[in-house]
Amino acid sequence: MSNIRLTARQKTSSRFFGAVGAIIWKDLAAELRSRELLSAMLVFALLVTLIFNFALDLDPGTRRVATPGILWATFAFAGTLGLNRSMAVEKDRGCLDGLLLAPVDRSAIYFGKTISNLAFMLIVEVVVLPVYSVLYNMNLFNTGLIVVILLGSIGYIAVGTLLSSMAVQTRTRDVLLPILLFPVVIPILIAAVKASSGFLQGLALTEVMPYINLLIVYDLIFIAAAYMVFDYVVEE
Amino acid sequence: MITVKKLVKRFGLKTVLRGVDFEVQEGEFVALLGPNGAGKTTFLRILASLSRPSFGDVRVAGHRLPAEAAAVRSTLGVVTHLPLLYGDLTAEENLRFYGKMYGVFDLRNRINEILELVGLTSRRRDLVRTFSRGMQQRLAIGRAILPNPEVLLFDEPHTGLDQDACDMLDRLLREVAGQGRTVVMTSHDLARVEDLASRFDVLSRGIIAASTKRNELGKNNLLDFYRNSLVGRA
Amino acid sequence: MHLLEKKMKPQPISLKMLNVVSVLLFLAALGMVFLYAPLEVTMNYVQKIFYFHIATGWVGMLGFLAAAAAGVLYLVKHDQKWDIIELAAVEISLVFFFITIVAGSIWARPTWGAYWTWEPRLTTAAILEMVYIAYLLLRQGIDDSDRRARFSAVYTLIGAISVPITFMSIRLFRTIHPVVIGTNSSATTGSFDMTSKMLVTMFFALFTFSVIFVNLFWHRIRLGQLAEQVEELKLEELQ
Repeated sequence: MSNIRLTARQKTSSRFFGAVGAIIWKDLAAELRSRELLSAMLVFALLVTLIFNFALDLDPGTRRVATPGILWATFAFAGTLGLNRSMAVEKDRGCLDGLLLAPVDRSAIYFGKTISNLAFMLIVEVVVLPVYSVLYNMNLFNTGLIVVILLGSIGYIAVGTLLSSMAVQTRTRDVLLPILLFPVVIPILIAAVKASSGFLQGLALTEVMPYINLLIVYDLIFIAAAYMVFDYVVEE
Repeated sequence: MITVKKLVKRFGLKTVLRGVDFEVQEGEFVALLGPNGAGKTTFLRILASLSRPSFGDVRVAGHRLPAEAAAVRSTLGVVTHLPLLYGDLTAEENLRFYGKMYGVFDLRNRINEILELVGLTSRRRDLVRTFSRGMQQRLAIGRAILPNPEVLLFDEPHTGLDQDACDMLDRLLREVAGQGRTVVMTSHDLARVEDLASRFDVLSRGIIAASTKRNELGKNNLLDFYRNSLVGRA
Repeated sequence: MHLLEKKMKPQPISLKMLNVVSVLLFLAALGMVFLYAPLEVTMNYVQKIFYFHIATGWVGMLGFLAAAAAGVLYLVKHDQKWDIIELAAVEISLVFFFITIVAGSIWARPTWGAYWTWEPRLTTAAILEMVYIAYLLLRQGIDDSDRRARFSAVYTLIGAISVPITFMSIRLFRTIHPVVIGTNSSATTGSFDMTSKMLVTMFFALFTFSVIFVNLFWHRIRLGQLAEQVEELKLEELQ
């Protein structure tokens, strides 16, 4: 009976960041080994880009105008794939319980998963951009565009992680996530497409700022909202 | 160590636990028996803070549930019939992950200790995906005792294991429980628990129908005791 | 348990009276729209659908707010009745906004030459309908009533926050890139001056539909309670 209480443990506050870090590390390490999630997302994203090429059959001029829309549609669809897989891993082996049993605040789980989901989405975007540039002979290496992609992805994943935590606990699962997610992330799509378009066309910053502000506001509001309601989604 | 008074648990309109009274002293090893659907898993999940009681008073290690759930969690080690392990990580990495989640100090040495205890040191760098079910359960127990919890909750840990794996598991359980921890284990397998537990409780139709200590029960009478407790409930 | 003790009561007198009142008001509103309100100069009879368009839109908004409030209340209080209220509000709002959209389309065709113009309010209403449908599909995929209520409440909240932002985004989208809708005369852009008789008719229609909303809401909540009782009885039989 004596040795039981000897194992010391860290204080709660440092445990929070430790837990968030541990979850991110775990997701990245596991993905690095299996590469299932990333390969699925990448292949899907590239296929979608190809489909758009044939479906829209645009001349180069029109293509320039349509590029932001095509990119964001691609990211939105590939994103749901990643979100679904990421949560399914936790649910299937009961690992979600493992996470819930840890003596940390639930929000650590939310932030950990959100950041790793964001990492996966950004990796896909980082690959798609050059590929798209090469295939369609456009220069997409634009700082403004990259900022927009970052902000848009943050908002998308912030809501997406919350909703995928719900969707994975229902019968309809994978199918349900896009249905829940898309109506709610429309502001991101609107703002991101318009801002991307603005940067690619070289418009003045003042014209693009309203959309950037919208993205920032959306991101802040939804990270806060998701953080507040996450408990209700995982606790019984 | 664990005190439960008049615990009621409802899922929507269905009542699963109807006023359970349950008490476990420090160091006791209680086997919780009962037919399928009696509510054993539900009960264990409530003790594990994974589920909230609908009514009633639940205290684990001096903390009330669900109000002080976070405090309770740091005293618990839980093993269910799902291993709660990540297939794409190695045994070592799984332990390191949980160690970080629980804020365990001196993690590296602790991991070595645990791997030694569960007999998986040679497989530490192998992916859990490649482990047999028996090995996964052993690692799961390792995961559970990593933060050195005072209370252990096992939900039918022998499920899906063959005879050898069960024997290994039992040896491990005895060793782990023997360190003065408080253990509650649900099980279907009367023969197994007979040698492990110091007390047997029967959960039937949502309440504790009967309870007896090992020394009050003669050998081979566990089956009769169990059957009688159930027949009594009409 | 409280629900078990309460048997399903027949419609209380006040509800029965409300049923009658609703029907009467609706007939009165129809009368006002077709007989009392004057014929608008340019659009004639088509303009009359405007009253229903606005009134049902108003009721849809009420339902939306009611659902959001019920969602928050469920999460805070964990009382199943807020879940029933939330579902009732969503369903009614869904139906009424649908009528709003359809009425809007009927009005749009002769006015602007197209059934749909991606105008901010109507587009937002359409997106809101998608949120509602997602809500209903979410509920369908969950068997456990506690989890269903929790998830529904969370989604209601997320939807309630996102839809106003969506509206503002579309407005922003439109102001910076205005869509040219037909010619610029006031008639073809769809606006018109309202005479006092028209205003009276419109407010009467608003009032009527609000009463209809309350009436339907009440019925739907009773239906929800009845369904819950049936579930309980089923479970009792099985146990």
